[in-house]
Amino acid sequence: MSRVRVLVGTKKGAFILTSDGARKRWEVSQPHFPGWELYHLKGSPLNPDRIYASQSSGWFGQLIQRSDDGGVTWNPVGNEFAYAGVTGTHQWYDGTPHPWEFKRIWHLEPSLTEADTVYAGAEDAAMFRSTDGGTSWHELAGLRGCGSGEQWAPGAGGMGLHTILLHPTDPQRIFVAISAAGAFRTDDGGTTWKPINRGLSSKYIPDPTAEVGHCVHRIALHPSRPDTLFMQKHWDVMRSDDAGENWHEISGNLPTDFGFPIDVHAHEPETIYVVPIKSDGEHYPLEGKLRVYRSRTGGHEWEALTKGLPQQDCYVNVLRDAMAVDTLDDCGVYFGTTGGQVYASTNGGDSWEAIVRDLPAVLSVEVQTLP
Amino acid sequence: MIRVILPAPLLALARIDGELALPIDAPVTQRRVLDAVEARYPMLRGTMRDHATQRRRPFIRFHACERDLSNELPDTPLPDAVASGGEPFLIVGAMSGG
Repeated sequence: MSRVRVLVGTKKGAFILTSDGARKRWEVSQPHFPGWELYHLKGSPLNPDRIYASQSSGWFGQLIQRSDDGGVTWNPVGNEFAYAGVTGTHQWYDGTPHPWEFKRIWHLEPSLTEADTVYAGAEDAAMFRSTDGGTSWHELAGLRGCGSGEQWAPGAGGMGLHTILLHPTDPQRIFVAISAAGAFRTDDGGTTWKPINRGLSSKYIPDPTAEVGHCVHRIALHPSRPDTLFMQKHWDVMRSDDAGENWHEISGNLPTDFGFPIDVHAHEPETIYVVPIKSDGEHYPLEGKLRVYRSRTGGHEWEALTKGLPQQDCYVNVLRDAMAVDTLDDCGVYFGTTGGQVYASTNGGDSWEAIVRDLPAVLSVEVQTLP
Repeated sequence: MIRVILPAPLLALARIDGELALPIDAPVTQRRVLDAVEARYPMLRGTMRDHATQRRRPFIRFHACERDLSNELPDTPLPDAVASGGEPFLIVGAMSGG
């Protein structure tokens, strides 16, 4: 019978939730790395017992941990993230040049085809790759060098490369997204990159349709249709059907088009999920009602999913990497909140249940469907 | 032997229980102590000083003999009491928060 493992990164440690395929009863691990920020954990699709974790601290910097036994035991691997070549500058909040400085890893993405290869998205924004299981890291410097890097500027949370999407059949094609620069794509395995932001509009930058400068919060794709991308940005939910060459808005009847996560149903590539929040200043649900919105038509028409979610006095947020789906039938959908709850739906979002409460603020949620 | 005391999070990371005792040739300096700690416990590389610049992380402090040695140059000899093993070299996570 299938099993499910939910990897939860929080402000004060990592937690692993496990269940059988029924997803009714959950075991919650003791905290791993207690007291440390765990921005992201992700398992290898080739070897699900190999899990990488990004562990950081304001005091002690960045560590990468690796488990080869499904999260039971962990060992630190390499943590030297040196930018390649002359470091150069990007814009600072005030528009002046600012030297590139490594702060932390926001996202880890193990390769779909090479067991020891894993990608890391850094703040300040850069893409790193390890081909030895995380022991050593090398920047894919063509991303910062793609001609626009000097124009990138941090968002309120920093200038992080937070999304890495690997094409399911073409290992040379990778999509990334950066706050607050936009989305980028490589078609040659990370040597050269180009911005893919045509169609985005952002009123808070001098040229609202500039090639870069858009605060993309997350992008998602379904493996059966990898040329279709969905995007939640800083205002607007967007869609591309040509691998990011062109985007159009699909916010439709959402009560607000601001939010952080976006994800796709495991078996229905036109079914997508977002969590609208009130505004860019008030990062909590409208009217104190925690609602996931689902579109079964790839955007435009959205329905509120409320069953089992708090519908009064709820003022949590759901961060960009804090939603994931499993591949069981029915599809399980999971998300974590800054209030420390992890909610799960075992029926594609129709109803929800908190599978754990009272964790530290949740930074990331990933799900592994295990045999 | 030089005595070194690490902050609790680094003790946990390196799976150390208690004080370290490290053989370090004279002159005993901050740099040599950190080099020795990192050589014995490679998982601590990057946690006390920046990989590239080798500068102390901003919230790490170095204390010994009831003195704050954080801003001493890395190659300045540490106090005799540390070099003789009588007093420990303390690596401290700076107090912060509310």
